[in-house]
Amino acid sequence: MTILDPASAPVRAPRASAGFPLLRILPPVVRISRRPHRMVERQLMCYRRTWPILLSGFFEPLFYLLSIRVGLSKLVGTISVDGHVLSYAEFVAPAMMAASAMNGAVYDSTMNVFHKLKYARVYDAVLATPMTVGDVALGEIVWALIRGLLYSTAFLVTMAVLGLTSSWWILASVPICVLIGFAFAAVGMACTSYMRGWTDFEWVATVTMPLFLFSATFYPLASYGRWGWVVQLSPLYHGVALVRAANAGVVSWGIVGHVAFLLTMAFAGLWVVSRRLQFLLLK
Amino acid sequence: MTAGDEASANAGAPVAPLIHASGLRKQFGDFVAVDGIDFDVQPGEAFGFLGPNGAGKSSTMRMIGCTSPTSGGTLQLFGLDPAKDGPAIRRRLGVVPQMDSLDNELTVEENLVIYGRYFDLSRAEARRRAKDLLDFVQLTDRATSRVEPLSGGMKRRVTIARSLINQPDLLLLDEPTTGLDPQARHILWDRLYRLKQQGVTLVLTTHYMDEAEQLCDRLVVMDAGKIVAQGSPRQLIDEHATREVLELRFRAGSNAENEQYAAGVGDRHEVLPDRILVYAHNGDEALAKAIANGAQPESALVRRSTLEDVFLRLTGRTLVE
Repeated sequence: MTILDPASAPVRAPRASAGFPLLRILPPVVRISRRPHRMVERQLMCYRRTWPILLSGFFEPLFYLLSIRVGLSKLVGTISVDGHVLSYAEFVAPAMMAASAMNGAVYDSTMNVFHKLKYARVYDAVLATPMTVGDVALGEIVWALIRGLLYSTAFLVTMAVLGLTSSWWILASVPICVLIGFAFAAVGMACTSYMRGWTDFEWVATVTMPLFLFSATFYPLASYGRWGWVVQLSPLYHGVALVRAANAGVVSWGIVGHVAFLLTMAFAGLWVVSRRLQFLLLK
Repeated sequence: MTAGDEASANAGAPVAPLIHASGLRKQFGDFVAVDGIDFDVQPGEAFGFLGPNGAGKSSTMRMIGCTSPTSGGTLQLFGLDPAKDGPAIRRRLGVVPQMDSLDNELTVEENLVIYGRYFDLSRAEARRRAKDLLDFVQLTDRATSRVEPLSGGMKRRVTIARSLINQPDLLLLDEPTTGLDPQARHILWDRLYRLKQQGVTLVLTTHYMDEAEQLCDRLVVMDAGKIVAQGSPRQLIDEHATREVLELRFRAGSNAENEQYAAGVGDRHEVLPDRILVYAHNGDEALAKAIANGAQPESALVRRSTLEDVFLRLTGRTLVE
């Protein structure tokens, strides 16, 4: 507790991005982030006592998939997509998986983050330490990804148990869902930073509901006819297409486009979040 | 500046200030919250900002805490610039914000441990310090309790314990005892006094003059974003107030007609909504004179003058309105 302690002399953190121009796609505050894992550690500490809640991750897919397999699948029978014939349940299951990744990320990055930002004021206390806005932004998004990883693994296991998987490539759906989560968490947090009160959250459902229904989730893109291009603007459509491709074990160039769409969305969200958090928290 | 420079400075030459501010400004849109203030805080000092709500104290504190960028002027902590070396400066600060920002999802002990982790302490070290600090603020028995059900005074003590987890060189306290009952205030003052004795530099804001008198070696009086006076509590009182004050209370609403009895019995007098203050070297003499003049107060009190009187003298207003 003395100012003479040489250990406490300031040390400038080295600029990690100096030698990697590619990292310039990251916002500056994120580039200098050094402790995002501490934010994750805080979340783990919170969940240490409430981890059973993670088990709920199994129930959501179970109910989704059962309802389709028991009911809809019998009515619809089989469906033909790009020359492949598959049961309706097999067609819809990957879409449900992508949608659940979206919902999880959106819920975490809107309601939960808003509460911590405006009411619990968690970040104000965090920023009084060597932690930075970049650590907060990145840490929260990484946490959303970890949760996404757990939930999509649970989803995948449920799918496999119900016999709805058709290729080993389906294992790729887990990282795909993490990417979907990244894109939606980043944009979700960006939107949250503009919200003034709880009533603004009505808009979240207004946006995610049509995404859920009209992203080629329940019927193939071809059924949308000349409105197909509108569907392709939906980020969830690209997620659904990726998971579906994994389940079918079909590798095509289209995959690159879908991944690029989601990555662009993720990084755009990250830029906005970083700026907005700086504006909101460092007045 | 490096730690070595500070060491050699300590050996003979005057010690470099821990905080140096000159022409420091903070502006929100058109509103000027801090309007060009100058001050230095020396190592080991207890330094106070005294002023009413809205004087610019909290804005100043947030700039010192490196969580609010300055709008103009110079600010240096430990010889470093907050704009460039925020994390390095914050590593050496302890911050007790005006509103407790404890993590309600965690227990008392976890609050301290995770805070230590933000400062890169090892888990074992963070836990060890958390235990010691809870002992220091007398909350060991509440270690595993959630934060939510704690009383205001206890939460404040947890916040102070949390702010000490990194063994800071400088502790910033923004209105540390506002809203606490007298007993809780005295416990806090005692803990802060011990920290001061251990050599921790304290910077605090308050609108309680007794707090400033108890804790501060030196203070500045702020009003409307400016510093209107500075010195030790004693100096300020000697300079801007008399030794004693006579407080006269009359029937409600009759202060104006009774002012004539107070006029001239001391050095000067002040008519407040609820009482008349007479500033005099000897309060009892002033009271005797006022009664000889024909005053019939409902009550009369002679007391030593305080910083409240200094503030009233400087700004024409009382501190707590």
